[in-house]
Amino acid sequence: MTTESSERSGLAWFLKGMRGIFSLPALILMTSYVGFSAFAVEAGLTRGQAVAMTLGIWALPAQMILVGSMLGGANIAASFLAVTLSSIRMMPMVASIMPEMRTKKTPLPVLLFLSHFIAITSWVFASHNLRHVPRERRVAFFAGFGITLTCTNALIVGVSFGVVSQFPPVVAGALFMLTPVYFISSIWASAAQPVVRIAFVIGIVLGPALALVAPQFDVLLAGIGGGTVAYLIDRYRRKRGSDRGAA
Amino acid sequence: MMFDGYWTYIVIAVAGFLATDIWRWLGVIAGHRLKEDSETLYWVRAVATALVMAVTAKLIVFPTGTLALSPLWLRLAAAGIGFAVFLLTGKRVAIGVLTPIAILVAGLLLLQP
Repeated sequence: MTTESSERSGLAWFLKGMRGIFSLPALILMTSYVGFSAFAVEAGLTRGQAVAMTLGIWALPAQMILVGSMLGGANIAASFLAVTLSSIRMMPMVASIMPEMRTKKTPLPVLLFLSHFIAITSWVFASHNLRHVPRERRVAFFAGFGITLTCTNALIVGVSFGVVSQFPPVVAGALFMLTPVYFISSIWASAAQPVVRIAFVIGIVLGPALALVAPQFDVLLAGIGGGTVAYLIDRYRRKRGSDRGAA
Repeated sequence: MMFDGYWTYIVIAVAGFLATDIWRWLGVIAGHRLKEDSETLYWVRAVATALVMAVTAKLIVFPTGTLALSPLWLRLAAAGIGFAVFLLTGKRVAIGVLTPIAILVAGLLLLQP
């Protein structure tokens, strides 16, 4: 009886997560994947290859880099290196939502499987929404959203393949701009802790600045270096706050 | 140019899937030991946020595709004014998205030859 009702409730949360597909971030990502599909056609990939990349990699920047390095005639080791360097950011992204998502009983293989569906959009979605979901339902909720989002976009890549070739320049420009401005406002809006806002500002400044100085490792340096500085500033702020509180 | 059938799928599996998911799996392992509200989690959150924002800012400053043809000042003005309007109007994400897009589109149309 209890098991049955909790199972139903798990399914209900899965479905609730699925409904996240009708949100602004999901729609923005879908338009980006229409763009990827057009890029894949131009690069000479087949429909099956473009869909396999979307399902298998599930990170738009990494997919663009892989297509680019294949076009450049790079061998598999060089392609691996280029893609893996661009994907290091996945590690802190996944690690930062794990404590919020799992319970003590969540099996490790489930988390390993679900981690595949974490990319920037679902990371923002998780940081925004998980805290409003009962803890024991968070895995179901995220699975509903993440799996649906990935499969829908794979479908979009397959369906729009060869159909949508090019947008008019102004529309294409607006579509490219949607992703960054969405991240800017949604990450700021979901920043519950000051440390996130400090890291936000430092990351925005360091990203382009380091791209000029160290283009190969800019994002990594901005993340680890900028994130550490943000953490130290926040820690100093918290310590000072608690000292004042004690005095 | 066409890519050779089955070899391309091997490249996608190794240089795509594996190259990306290794970091996701390491993230699960690392995150498994993190406790909520621990100092380490504060640091990991800061690093993740700084990384994502560095990627985001680069999309605006060094865009690829059609957006690369637009002037940098227009992209910066659209993002900057958009964010200011977002902060001043109660931090609604829809406003934070639509304002910069409207500024960008208006700018692109005005600058068209």
